[in-house]
Amino acid sequence: MPAGRTGPSLRRVLAGAVPIVIGLALLPRFVDLYQTELLIYGLTFAIAALGFNLLLGYTGLLSFGHSAYFGVGAYTVAFIVRDLHVQSMELCILGGLLGTLVISALFGYVCVRHTRIFFGILTLALSQVLWSLAFKFFWVTGGTDGIRVPRGNITLLAGLVDFKGAGAYQKFVYSYYYYVLVLFAIATAVMWVIVHSPFGKALQAIRDNETRASFVGIRVRRYRWIAFVISGSFAGLAGALWVPLNGLTTPEILYWPFSGEIVFMTVLGGFRTFTGPIVGAIAFNYLKVYAVASSQYWQMVLGVVLVVLVMVLPTGIVGTLARLAGKLRRD
Amino acid sequence: MDILVIQVLNSIFYAAVLFLISAGLSLIYGVMRIVNLAHGTLYALGAYVSAWAVGAVFGASASGSGNWVLMGQLLLLPVGAFAIAAVGALIEPTLLRPLYRRPEEYVLLITFGLLMILEDVMKLLFGGTPLSAGSIMDSMGSIRIGPLLYPSYNLVVIGVGVMAAVGLWWFTYRTRFGVILRATSQDRRMASALGVNVGRVYVQAFAIGCFMAGLGGAVVVPAQAAVLGMGVDALILAFVVIVIGGLGSLEGALVGALIVSFVRTAGIQFFAEVELAVLYLIAAAVLLIRPTGLFGRA
Repeated sequence: MPAGRTGPSLRRVLAGAVPIVIGLALLPRFVDLYQTELLIYGLTFAIAALGFNLLLGYTGLLSFGHSAYFGVGAYTVAFIVRDLHVQSMELCILGGLLGTLVISALFGYVCVRHTRIFFGILTLALSQVLWSLAFKFFWVTGGTDGIRVPRGNITLLAGLVDFKGAGAYQKFVYSYYYYVLVLFAIATAVMWVIVHSPFGKALQAIRDNETRASFVGIRVRRYRWIAFVISGSFAGLAGALWVPLNGLTTPEILYWPFSGEIVFMTVLGGFRTFTGPIVGAIAFNYLKVYAVASSQYWQMVLGVVLVVLVMVLPTGIVGTLARLAGKLRRD
Repeated sequence: MDILVIQVLNSIFYAAVLFLISAGLSLIYGVMRIVNLAHGTLYALGAYVSAWAVGAVFGASASGSGNWVLMGQLLLLPVGAFAIAAVGALIEPTLLRPLYRRPEEYVLLITFGLLMILEDVMKLLFGGTPLSAGSIMDSMGSIRIGPLLYPSYNLVVIGVGVMAAVGLWWFTYRTRFGVILRATSQDRRMASALGVNVGRVYVQAFAIGCFMAGLGGAVVVPAQAAVLGMGVDALILAFVVIVIGGLGSLEGALVGALIVSFVRTAGIQFFAEVELAVLYLIAAAVLLIRPTGLFGRA
């Protein structure tokens, strides 16, 4: 176990994580279909935000172009289903991961040459290249109509579970929930190992002081590049899982405001903590869905939340709760 | 040949609008080191306010009712710019100032939140239907270029763009306030130590930047109606402009705007599918080869 001496012990981590996973697994028994579906969306976004936070929280790079990798994952799956007529979700995910791996390796190689605002603008510019291609090459991507990925064309677990005939929607939501939950748990565990490995410590060293990090022999640019690729791949996995759920992929998910939403999720949860992005993504999803349902001015609601958050609670939900808990313990 | 002339005029018209927006964005970045994601939305808001003001005073279809009406309409257009300057002067002290001591990510996020809020403020105030001041364009008629017609109003916009460029140049390099502005931009603490009221300079710089965005919206609205979402599109193009020209550089914004407009016009003509992609790639290439842009300083 490569967890560093500074991290909490494995037993303590499992003691925290196992009840949460069990709780999530039992949840569909107590809430209705719609709530379950919302939670699947939340979990997929959580994977993306988790990946994003490897760059922001651990490496100190603010990417404003993570929509690109989410979108590449989504579009790759859509292409595979539409053009190659592949049904197995596992193959689709592999394809989506491969696609994002290539794109994020390429874009990352370019972007890590800069830091701070230049890095942000570079990621933004490159993500917009993909957006404009998806937007304009309508005979390939369907333009603004996007590409439909019908549930009926997808099977889980190498064809064991399919979604045809009566009750397909219910069956889809329930089985897909567990499918995503398992992948989410794996992704979270992988990310936990990464940030607590020597590699993760090196990233944090780079974040805190780039010059000193290079003095102790860390190859700064190489490490940033690897972090970028991992981060992008997480977003790609999220995008791949999101497509069958949404049933449709459109250029919207490649457009830069969606990158902003990923940043929003992470800050909402708190980017200084490991669990922050997860909590933030799930909370953001609920917030957005309910804001959209209750008002046509939902953007304003989200905007006000973001402004208040940054002004008053910059450590996010998890950071604030941790501080409150610490205060209670001391009293 | 005539078509070429028209295309060149179109490019310059487009460059004028883009220059107004990007010069504001660049000025704000140059002085305050803030990347204002709400800048495009402020431009859109300026367009809405101007179109609304013209419509409210003269009615929606006052075209062809004489020179005096046209004059009045033209004089009303800058209302949008002044309104946005006022909004800017309100935003800086309340939302941005408390965050200067924190990492720059927070300021960026605030402006993203502001973008979301302002998009819906527009929807709330002006509704979902496009708002136009097209009567100005109609009543100004057109000029003849060979066998083709070209709207005279576009020439007015080009004139405004040139005037704004000259005015801004004079303002930054030939006035006392310009000196203070440049001093603050180069070394904020030193300027402060020399007795410059940095807080006031920041409000003024932000308000001027917003004014430019609002002016861009004000001059564009007789030519193309104000619609929801126009700001989000404009912001990215303005980004491309200041990245090419150099963040914080006035000359850069001018040259960048010209480059982007000509590439875009040529793109629409010859390679319509990749027209936008080419622009973003140019921006990325400039960032890689010369991160300070064509005119930026290190």
